[in-house]
Amino acid sequence: MHEEFTIPSKDFSVAGEASSKIKRILKQLNVPPQRIKQIIVAVFEAEVNVIAHSYGGKVLCDIEQERVLIDVIDTGPGIEDLDLAMTEGWSTATSEVREMGYGAGMGLPNIKKSCDELKIYTKKGDHTHISMRFTL
Amino acid sequence: MKLKEILECVDGKLVWGESHLEDEVIRGFASDLMSDVLTILEDDILLITGLSNNQSIRTAEMSDITNILLVRNKRPSQNMIDMAKELNISLSYTPYSLFKTSGLLYAKGLKPVY
Repeated sequence: MHEEFTIPSKDFSVAGEASSKIKRILKQLNVPPQRIKQIIVAVFEAEVNVIAHSYGGKVLCDIEQERVLIDVIDTGPGIEDLDLAMTEGWSTATSEVREMGYGAGMGLPNIKKSCDELKIYTKKGDHTHISMRFTL
Repeated sequence: MKLKEILECVDGKLVWGESHLEDEVIRGFASDLMSDVLTILEDDILLITGLSNNQSIRTAEMSDITNILLVRNKRPSQNMIDMAKELNISLSYTPYSLFKTSGLLYAKGLKPVY
């Protein structure tokens, strides 16, 4: 099953809509609730990152018999220092993002903890592509 | 603790979710930072927060949290109430601060997450 969601830049009123839809699909497929929570936390963090930090992007979701593949691809501007971004508590979020309750510097660390396999392509001035694999 | 006992303890008012008043709540988690909330994998949690916007409801949805208590007399907007109804999440508020609310509930036996 393949689903695609367009994620806008800076519009927090729709933050979580893609994650919410993916959650509903996983529920319908009878994935255990604890596993759904782990998957959805990672997808939601990545979705919020696209809204908070990028020029907009897409969430691609592929659900197979034994695994879930989620690709989150934005259109830039890329992460300057990925090692720092992976550090708990490190954040470049604006005050506007913090007022929304985000920007605690836990996004990428939370994602890393939740998925079985994580690949990140990013480069300053280019886009960011987060590829997550979850075993069911 | 049942949600109705929690509300009595902190002079809280239920805005929406009467069917949740008998919910057995085991733990409380107090934060305005939604990424912190997303680290919780336990069930039967009360989210105590000063963040009165849609993001607290969305985050609760992702973390399977079904009861939210807003502090410092923050009243949820109609938009928040509509979203809470749709997702079946109870919404309440208390006049007390995050610190006082947490302290009172901890003293009454609500467990911490960490």
